[in-house]
Amino acid sequence: MAALFPRWANTVVRATLVAATCTLVGVPVALMAWVRTPNATRRYQPVAQPIAFDHRIHVTGQRIDCRYCHFSVERSASAGIPPSSTCVACHSDTWMRSSELALVRASIATGQAIRWSRVNALPDFVYFNHAIHVAKGVGCETCHGRVDRMAAVYQAAPLTMSWCVDCHRDPAPHLRPLSEITTMGWTPPTAQRAFGEELVRENNVRSLTNCTTCHR
Amino acid sequence: MSVAARPTTASPATPTRESWPLMRGAPTDAALTDHLLAPLWRASRVWWLLFGLSTLGTLLLLGTVTYTVLVGIGTWGNNIPVAWAFAITNFVWWIGIGHAGTFISAFLLLLNQHWRGSINRVAEAMTIFALVNAALFPVLHLGRPWFFYWLIPYPATMNVWPNFKSARPWDVAAVTTYFTVSLLFWYLGLVPDLASARDRAPTRRRRLAYGVFAMGWRGSGFQWERYRIAYVLLAALATPLVISVHSVVSLDFSIAQLPGWHSTIFPPYFVVGAIYSGLAMVLLLLLPLRRAFRLHDIVTEAHLDAIAKLMLAMGLMLTYSYVIETFMAWYSANTAERYTYLTSRPFGPYAVAYWIMTVLNVVSPQLFWWRRLRTNTVVLFLASAGILVGMWMERFIIIVTSLNRDFLTSSWHIYIPSWVDWSILAGSLGLFGFLFLLFVRFVPSVAISEVKSLRIELANSPARSGHA
Repeated sequence: MAALFPRWANTVVRATLVAATCTLVGVPVALMAWVRTPNATRRYQPVAQPIAFDHRIHVTGQRIDCRYCHFSVERSASAGIPPSSTCVACHSDTWMRSSELALVRASIATGQAIRWSRVNALPDFVYFNHAIHVAKGVGCETCHGRVDRMAAVYQAAPLTMSWCVDCHRDPAPHLRPLSEITTMGWTPPTAQRAFGEELVRENNVRSLTNCTTCHR
Repeated sequence: MSVAARPTTASPATPTRESWPLMRGAPTDAALTDHLLAPLWRASRVWWLLFGLSTLGTLLLLGTVTYTVLVGIGTWGNNIPVAWAFAITNFVWWIGIGHAGTFISAFLLLLNQHWRGSINRVAEAMTIFALVNAALFPVLHLGRPWFFYWLIPYPATMNVWPNFKSARPWDVAAVTTYFTVSLLFWYLGLVPDLASARDRAPTRRRRLAYGVFAMGWRGSGFQWERYRIAYVLLAALATPLVISVHSVVSLDFSIAQLPGWHSTIFPPYFVVGAIYSGLAMVLLLLLPLRRAFRLHDIVTEAHLDAIAKLMLAMGLMLTYSYVIETFMAWYSANTAERYTYLTSRPFGPYAVAYWIMTVLNVVSPQLFWWRRLRTNTVVLFLASAGILVGMWMERFIIIVTSLNRDFLTSSWHIYIPSWVDWSILAGSLGLFGFLFLLFVRFVPSVAISEVKSLRIELANSPARSGHA
């Protein structure tokens, strides 16, 4: 009887076994790597807005403090999106006739808010409060990045749970003095670790890692 | 473990009152191979009928599982306080059934029980198919089964691990280990038989198919030596699992502080019950198979007798557990414990299930004190079916009666299974039958190489007993 399989069948079997092993190991590893990429976490992708609002002009150029527009960041869970009247406070004098501001004028006329697009979206099962983070010395820049350099705002942090939990477990490397909360490009005067530990004591920063801290 | 069948001879000579041969007749190797491979080449009408029925059952399972996934587990009768009901009952029942496979194939191999060789293939296949069914239920019970992988400890972007203090990750570890080892063990045992099938297959396509799975087995002395070493090593690896897997499953219950669950007897009690129900399932499958494939000369009275004796031993140990469990509840003088064991279970809303469990599990094995009944296939079949029902009731009683009436009377609530619960249970039986029927059709359901070596062994040492 002739041989059932040709000689090369051995090579095929070995190659199949190697390929199967690589697939079994490789696919989960690749998936785990993928969820950490900026593409999966939607980092660094500028979000289109109804008005081409440029933070560079307002923050760097006009030196407007973050809190002038994001008014409730120190008092409430939400940082606050400014009402159109905030825009008009300045733009009643400058650029009032610009076509860029057509939506602002329409908003003022009708009383309808401008529908900005959300940039940093957390899942609904996460409770997040801006006020407590600001009160404990987490700067705007720490999570939102160099907004003063963004033509269109993008999500700067991965916003994965591990990103949250890393800081909750060990906040010291991410803290700054309360006076520097809105500063962009802040650098610690001494080594951050020791400086941060000092701030932890000074501002009574607790390491909250209970599930119910965020999932209520 | 004196479950010895003592054949005095391999020939059809007179079995004395004390013994049956492990094999009848003196067939040649070729005749044995042809006889045992015959079911692979043609399917009987009965096979097609049963296959059609089990396919319908599998479709029922597919339909109701899809419905459950789409709508949610609100389609089941579960609710607080009975959050575990049919799903966990079925899970424990199926995984328990799986235990006999490993018990027969690994435990008895290491104990040199020669009679295992004629039935281990069926038992191992049963283990794997029971595990497939078992794994289905906890995953469905998660509620969002598509997140099942959260149970696996892998570096997630959540930066948290599964709660290792919970029994859930223990179950995952126990069941996946068990499944992997069982599958490897089964497949390794199959390799020489697949090679026989390859060499005897009538068409080239089948020769190629069996040839791929036989992985180049030629039956050389070198291969046999390596094969035997690997087989015993895997058996040694699988043997602790007989004890560990169902012990872990029992901890799902005993780590809770619920009367009826919070008990240190649970691990041995569950392991015994698991092997008990598994042996019953082996008989339930083996008896019709023996008749259909005319295996009377290979699966003799000696085998039936040995399994029945084991079932009697397991049944007595289980009865002991029932007695001790109830006694400890009384002895503890704890109101809740006493209420669960002495009032709620025997006289509560699920009393019928409790008494079905007691009668079937405690009384039916007592038949096996009689030698005549141990080899009566009708008695064996009915008793096995009864024990399987009884063991299902046992898990139902443990789960539902403990949950539906716990410490606070204000939270007592009755549990009634929905039609989806019943359909999924029936469907899982269908899936089991479906897989088993495919197995007997495409894979030799008796370990041919084992039976051939047993024949030679018996022929060469006429005085040799069935257990070394």
